[in-house]
Amino acid sequence: MFGKLISIELYKIFRKWRTYIGFIAIGVLLPIILTALYYEGSNYINFSMRALKGSFLVVGNLLNGYLVGYLILQALIIHIPFLIVLVGGDLMAGEATAGTYRMLAIRPVSRFKILTAKYLSGIMYIGILLLFLAFMSIGVGSIIFGTGELLVYSNKIYIFPASDVIWRFLLSYMFAMLSMSTVFGLSFLFSSIVENAIGPIVATMALIIIFIILSALPIESLAWIKPYLFTNHMNGWMTFFADPVDWSEITESALVLGAHSVGLYLVSLILFLKKDILS
Amino acid sequence: MEDLIIKVEKLTKKFKNFTAVDDLHLNVHRGDIFGFLGPNGAGKSTTIRMLLTLVKPTAGDIQIFGKNILSSRNDILRKIGAIVEKPDFYMYLSAYKNLEILGKLSGADTSKKKIMEQLGVVGLDKRAKSKVKTFSHGMKQKLGLAQALLHDPELIILDEPTTGLDPQGMKEVRELIRELKDKGKTIFLSSHILREVELIANRMIIINKGKTLVEGTVDELLKSDTLDVTFEFADSIKASQIINESRFAGMIGSAEKNEYTFKLLKEEIPEANRFFVSKDIDVIAISPRKSLEEYFLKITEQQ
Repeated sequence: MFGKLISIELYKIFRKWRTYIGFIAIGVLLPIILTALYYEGSNYINFSMRALKGSFLVVGNLLNGYLVGYLILQALIIHIPFLIVLVGGDLMAGEATAGTYRMLAIRPVSRFKILTAKYLSGIMYIGILLLFLAFMSIGVGSIIFGTGELLVYSNKIYIFPASDVIWRFLLSYMFAMLSMSTVFGLSFLFSSIVENAIGPIVATMALIIIFIILSALPIESLAWIKPYLFTNHMNGWMTFFADPVDWSEITESALVLGAHSVGLYLVSLILFLKKDILS
Repeated sequence: MEDLIIKVEKLTKKFKNFTAVDDLHLNVHRGDIFGFLGPNGAGKSTTIRMLLTLVKPTAGDIQIFGKNILSSRNDILRKIGAIVEKPDFYMYLSAYKNLEILGKLSGADTSKKKIMEQLGVVGLDKRAKSKVKTFSHGMKQKLGLAQALLHDPELIILDEPTTGLDPQGMKEVRELIRELKDKGKTIFLSSHILREVELIANRMIIINKGKTLVEGTVDELLKSDTLDVTFEFADSIKASQIINESRFAGMIGSAEKNEYTFKLLKEEIPEANRFFVSKDIDVIAISPRKSLEEYFLKITEQQ
């Protein structure tokens, strides 16, 4: 029955127009970025490499699919969460708005299964969206620009050999999955409380923005809270593009994000189990 | 096989300071078409939601098929089909797909043959592939019936099943409910259309402010009081003289032109008719106006 529930939820998700907003946004944005990089990508490379020009002679193809994939991953902090909450905020509240909550909840299926199936379907949606993002950035980028060494310009400049890149992307995307699941969990929680999908979408984005601002503020009295703000750990995927990789930092971020995801799911579940369905 | 299908005792639901259902008792027997009546805000919907576990009771006990609804929820719901208030569906999906999804969740046979057959029962088989958002309210109501019956439940809870239907549609639903009763199903019917309940229910309860006012068979409840019977006479002057000298003078409720309305017991109607005819008064029409509607208004206004 549980597999049937998940397939039903996935079917419902993918029959809704809003589900495709994320795919359309990525599908439109990526070709624009790829076109811009095709014509002006060398400027980016020159800018990144300006400090090294006197000392190094760079040969090979630094403007490649891996670089595109890396640049696109930086959209994760704000843009991809917005696409995800469009679906996450609607999963429960959408049923309440449509009145189908009661059609579901009078079936011989436990509320635990109903909520968990929705939650897992939402997580699967995130996975599919991230796969699409990876395909459009790394895949299409590699077709257009080919592959090669990855130039990463953060606090330091790293140039990773092509053979050392794929595993970093794999782990980055797995980490991104975790951080996006936390964002999804937050919108899912709000969605299980209210009866209109707009509220959860706005509330989740507002909270993410507030947390990001709190993280950025150089105020001493707020320093203690920063390690616990999940937004502070959402960029943890970047750690995979350093050498050496700081595994302790990644583990800490993964634990904070994982704890948030599980906690948000559990709170949603408790609220839903106790909820009087009056819609 | 237990005879009592629904047994509700001391059922109470409070929302903060508001008591929606207050110490409610009711019994529905196997094969009943049970009318569940009450004015707006009487607590009908809250009661139905508690029967279906949408809302948790504050106190009291609900036994359906002899089991507690909270501890045996899934076993019980497997044998119930329901429409709660207006039937809502996934508007972006077709009628067929909605039935398939809801049927799967109820453990019904969701083969194409079965779903099309069920859509045919409610006259929607030709619109099976249409999205529900293109449906009128009446069509959604019919689809609501189809989803409630798809898994062949023993108990069918219908909350306002004829809302939005035209007279023909209402008649079809009444016939469908009678057919279900003939098949041995038990129907719990909540409706604002009292005539509908009067026509098909055999037992009923009237509640108000969350409390039971009366419960019993429809015949008993309607028989237990006087009827407003209007006699239309050909000659009102002659009729007036005779009536004023008879024992029926004390039973006049109202008089207007040729029409006199008397408060009579059901068995007094032929007696009154014989009396007037014997006094050579031509009786043109007799209209017993005691209806469930009047009884309902009287009972609810008394509270």
